[in-house]
Amino acid sequence: MPAVTETRETVEKLAKSSYEWGFETDIEMDIAPKGLNEETVRLISERKGEPQWMLDWRLKAFRAWLEMEEPTWAHLHHPPIDYQDAHYFAQPKKKPGPKSLDEVDPELLKTYAKLGIPLHEQALLAGVEGAEERLPVAVDAVFDSVSVATTFRKTLAEAGVIFCPISDAIREYPELVRKYLGTVVPAGDNFFAALNSAVFTDGSFVYIPEGVRCPMELSTYFRINARNTGQFERTLIIAEDRATVSYLEGCTAPQRDENQLHAAVVELIAMEDASIKYSTVQNWYPGDDEGRGGIYNFVTKRGICRGARSKISWTQVETGSAITWKYPSCVLAGEGSVGEFYSVAVTNNHQQADTGTKMIHLAPNTRSTIIAKTISAGHSDSTYRGLVRMQPKARNARNFTQCDSLLIGDQCGAHTVPYIESRNMTARVEHEATTSKISEDQLFYCRSRGLSEEDAVGLIVNGFCREVLKELPMEFAVEAQKLLQISLEGSVG
Amino acid sequence: MTQNAAPALEAFIARSAGQGAVLAETGLPTRRVEAWRYTPLRSIADTAWQKAAPLTTETVTALLARLVLPETGARVVYGNGQLMDALSALPEAVRQALENVSPLKGLFSATLNTALGERGLDICVPAGTDAGLLTLVSLSDGQDVSTHLQHRIVLEDGASLTLYDVSAGEGRYIANPRFDIVVGKGATLRHVKVQRESLTGTHLAIVSADVAERGEYDSFTLNQGSSLARHEAVVTLGAPHAMAHVNGVQIVDGQRLNDLTSMIHHAAPDGSSRQTVKTVLSDAGQGVFQGKILVDRVAQKTDGYQMNQALLLSERAQINSKPELEIYADDVKCSHGATVGALDDEQLFYLRSRGIPEAEARDILVRAFLIDALDLVADEGLRDLLLRSMTS
Repeated sequence: MPAVTETRETVEKLAKSSYEWGFETDIEMDIAPKGLNEETVRLISERKGEPQWMLDWRLKAFRAWLEMEEPTWAHLHHPPIDYQDAHYFAQPKKKPGPKSLDEVDPELLKTYAKLGIPLHEQALLAGVEGAEERLPVAVDAVFDSVSVATTFRKTLAEAGVIFCPISDAIREYPELVRKYLGTVVPAGDNFFAALNSAVFTDGSFVYIPEGVRCPMELSTYFRINARNTGQFERTLIIAEDRATVSYLEGCTAPQRDENQLHAAVVELIAMEDASIKYSTVQNWYPGDDEGRGGIYNFVTKRGICRGARSKISWTQVETGSAITWKYPSCVLAGEGSVGEFYSVAVTNNHQQADTGTKMIHLAPNTRSTIIAKTISAGHSDSTYRGLVRMQPKARNARNFTQCDSLLIGDQCGAHTVPYIESRNMTARVEHEATTSKISEDQLFYCRSRGLSEEDAVGLIVNGFCREVLKELPMEFAVEAQKLLQISLEGSVG
Repeated sequence: MTQNAAPALEAFIARSAGQGAVLAETGLPTRRVEAWRYTPLRSIADTAWQKAAPLTTETVTALLARLVLPETGARVVYGNGQLMDALSALPEAVRQALENVSPLKGLFSATLNTALGERGLDICVPAGTDAGLLTLVSLSDGQDVSTHLQHRIVLEDGASLTLYDVSAGEGRYIANPRFDIVVGKGATLRHVKVQRESLTGTHLAIVSADVAERGEYDSFTLNQGSSLARHEAVVTLGAPHAMAHVNGVQIVDGQRLNDLTSMIHHAAPDGSSRQTVKTVLSDAGQGVFQGKILVDRVAQKTDGYQMNQALLLSERAQINSKPELEIYADDVKCSHGATVGALDDEQLFYLRSRGIPEAEARDILVRAFLIDALDLVADEGLRDLLLRSMTS
């Protein structure tokens, strides 16, 4: 039997492999009524005990959103989204903000334990065997609309680092939040950002003071649990002069037949010589093999390198969601600042992804690197969409972009849509893209060395993605490799 | 989304006999229309473009004298959208086309041409015949006028033709030619185009080419004139082993904008396409390249390659480039590359250190940059002609 046919069969078998994070936690919830109007916005703000300025900001965003149209330019197809048919606020019933882990609902702790995200401070992210000395990771766990636990807050506070749910930050550090919120992604930036600005419920706030190297990896784990809810989280990370931080984000959701909406906004601000590394492993429920259910993931992520020589690096592994619409971007405003984007996007079954980045070079000597790996299998469609813009002041700016697509099976699509705009003659932009399949030769070579079809494909795909995976913090790299295996195993034709 | 109230659109609708509805519906695309985001049509929106008056033989002869044209082969000349009989002769082997060609829908340049079309070339090269070289000269002269020539070129199985297609003119006008091309089995059309319109003119060309089994559409476009020019090609490789070359050079200076947009549609297995486009920009010139390769699910074993490079020679120059791959077949080899940058200082220094004056050294490097694309024109005579018209 030719390898291709055999592989296809393996794929089909594997496509049925279940989404192991698809369980649902039975927990008592406090849920706002369905629908979206000014009352919803007021209700969210009130439940969070927010100051007036925050409510005004939300209402302004909501009114702007009402005037906006849902974007249609992406290579995505889905039935119209009924924004009135969802709950915009859902929180586990318990007093908000437990003082210690003992007060957290044991069901919740169990959920996170099942996800492999221990919330006890002595525990670490699982996954690396034999690694004796591991850096601890501080975790902020967001369950539906609220943050349920944040670990290591005390240790971090000693270093001067603020790491807390954004709703706490609005109450405890209003001047900081007010100064930076919406400065990178304005409330009216786009349809989904405006929606998020109006109804965001939680997310993480990180502030690294001048000269501080954050003593541990920071991590947020997002979990959608409740039925018919949308999740709208907002993350704001500020690194002052010479500060350094590495932040990781993970996400899962239960398996359901209906689609759920997730519209997040992430804002990063890097001052002089600061460095922010933002890694995502996105594994929202992708829907079943017939394309039923799954998360609609519409996310706006943007960072600004405000200070000279600052650096923002995005690394993402996108394996989940029925629909992904996401373009983590860098605005390079500080002289000599650096933007990076490393991405692996995997789609299988009926998943659709339209993802990429924007590198906006405003200042001289700015540099950016884009490495995007796209893998499509089954009936899925995957698009890389990216913009590199050299503004007139971007003297001697540099960009290098590489986009590689791998197609597995003849029912999927892989697309590359780069936009290159240069207004400075001394700026240099290089872009290359390839589309291919896993070659029979490679497959044969591995098979002849005794690897199973499945392992051979896994090995080749991991090699294809290596440049990106090596950018991930170790704990996540292991998780990401496992995810790739599960999303794709054997699926090469 | 559209500028429906524009005087230009109203004038076009008034002139189109009964076909205004489609035009009214399409409207003049604004920058919010993805295909036109880099090429604004504002500069034509406020003029009520009229039908161009016929030109005298003397005017046309004077205009012809300024052009670099092949001295051999047949020549057909159009003046303001009308055939200049006295100056034109078709190749002997050619007869009138009988086959009906279905024109493109949904693209503005094509819609405008369909609404206002004027009859242009209508030729068929019979099976197995080599019709040699045909020079097509389209001249415009006037103020606030527009021409919309419709050309139909059919190559039967095994036929071949070289078309040297020159557009030029004087004054402020829109030239909106359309080419509907059918390349039969094993047939070859070499289409070398020189766009040297008046610097106040607008050029909106649309080429649609359907290529049959083992047929070849081999094109090269020099975009060098007009205040605003778009050359748009839609090539469909509809049968196995069909082949397309959509190459070009754009030389843009002043405040001008030149745009090369193409769509290569692989609709059958084993097709191959090659595209090399080079753009040189000086002053406040703007260059646009939009190149899409679409590979259908059935088009297995497609081999697609696309390279586009831009050279910026001035602080005010600007390039917008959008190479695009849309691929639905898994067993394909498709790649594209794009670079944008200035002349290499080291190369310049090397030449200067050998005693070559700066201006000359720059010329040498610019020419070297363009030569990759120019070399793709296989016919040496035409290549020389292109070089001469580039510098004329």
